[in-house]
Amino acid sequence: MSKISRRRFLAASLASGAVITLAPAKKALASATFEGYPDGMGVLVDLTRCVGCRSCEAACNQEQQLPAPDLPFDDPAVFDQTFHGGTQKRRTTEKAYTVVNRYEPKDGSAPVYRKIQCNHCNEPACLTSCFVNAYTKTKEGAVIYNSKVCVGCRNCMVACPFNIPAYSYSSAFDPMVKKCIFCHETRLKQGQPPACVAGCPQEALTFGHRASLIKIARERMRHQPGRYVDHIYGEKEVGGTSWLYLSAVPFEEVGFDTSLQTEPIISNVKDFLATVPMVLAIWPALFSGFHLLAKHKENHAGDDHSSVDEEAHK
Amino acid sequence: MANTPIQSKPNYLRLGLLTSVLLLAAVVSASAAAVPEKVTLNVLAELYEPVEFNHALHVDVAECAVCHHQTTGLPEADSRCARCHSGNELNSSVACRDCHVAEPFSAEYLRTKEADSERYHIDKPGLKGAYHLNCVGCHSEMGGPTGCQDCHTRTAAGDAVFHADAQPPVGGKSH
Repeated sequence: MSKISRRRFLAASLASGAVITLAPAKKALASATFEGYPDGMGVLVDLTRCVGCRSCEAACNQEQQLPAPDLPFDDPAVFDQTFHGGTQKRRTTEKAYTVVNRYEPKDGSAPVYRKIQCNHCNEPACLTSCFVNAYTKTKEGAVIYNSKVCVGCRNCMVACPFNIPAYSYSSAFDPMVKKCIFCHETRLKQGQPPACVAGCPQEALTFGHRASLIKIARERMRHQPGRYVDHIYGEKEVGGTSWLYLSAVPFEEVGFDTSLQTEPIISNVKDFLATVPMVLAIWPALFSGFHLLAKHKENHAGDDHSSVDEEAHK
Repeated sequence: MANTPIQSKPNYLRLGLLTSVLLLAAVVSASAAAVPEKVTLNVLAELYEPVEFNHALHVDVAECAVCHHQTTGLPEADSRCARCHSGNELNSSVACRDCHVAEPFSAEYLRTKEADSERYHIDKPGLKGAYHLNCVGCHSEMGGPTGCQDCHTRTAAGDAVFHADAQPPVGGKSH
């Protein structure tokens, strides 16, 4: 091996190292400031307006052509259902992409009803956890998924901070993940609100651009001082969600996880993930370079010196 | 009586009434010279039958402004609204749907709303929301009926959407 090839090797490895280390860093910086698409839509859920009629559940069932429920949608008996030894209220399932639960506030005031569904995160953890890239955050704000590529690993179910994606355990041969898709295909893409919003009699669900909804939420708090908890749930949680909530009672009393970070879930692993391409691309080249250099010296230890000496004496 | 000032302005009232009759497809009792006794609210009827709203009954229990804001020419009940809406003038229409649009989330309406940067009322409910927030809100406070079918009977289409005939599966509940 000549001196030129060694120089070339060092230059090349330095250059590629620079490219690889800079590129992910730039990408990481961009994702940290991503606050959703500018024209992304959202829904503001005002818990003070919900009367627990479950029209949203019925509308969702119809729109998404889901199987018939076990009980009629106007049967209040479902509010008394609990699972896992009474620790858990109803959750979204393969048969119900949205569910309304009833909560009794600690201060003894009237029961509060809370609708749950996919919150359509700005930076969805389900999307980042999916290794077959089944998930997409659309420019309209919806988090949709391609069930054709889903391999059923259920990483998204573990990753979701709101425990939303459900799984079709009932299907033995073609199970897949199921969740609310913001009525993306049938309504949102055409500029229409999702079926649940259209079905809500109380306008507990307000549809609009996410940016406008935050203004509306603040306006509601300003207009009726003392009515609401001074917080818009979903404005900052896990990097922001398309669905936002207003409440008159503390959010933790009505089933919300108030311990969530304001950073997107991906931020937890972003630094680590940025080093992966560097390690994978640079380390093999670098260490095989070291190895070759060491071997080279070993093999030609005597030869090199004698030839240099010979040349010097000439 | 809350409706006395209205009776003093019969011409305006006729005009206002006529508009509301047309827009709400309202049925005005022939005997009522001043305010309608019954109003049929059917613009949104799909899953439920139209509501036969007993206007005469409600006139006795609430001030006009509680539902109609300042449009009937009476002082605005809400002091925050009265800061601007102070002129005691009867509006050309007192119908809910002339201000509260039936499609508050249509792309077109959202576009118009957001294009108007000086708009103050950015949070005005749509027609369905305005009806229910006002009616159910007051009924809860006053002990009036609040069940869906207390006010409007569900249609066959409504029964289908709500799966009124759903039966729990044999062998216990599923999750």
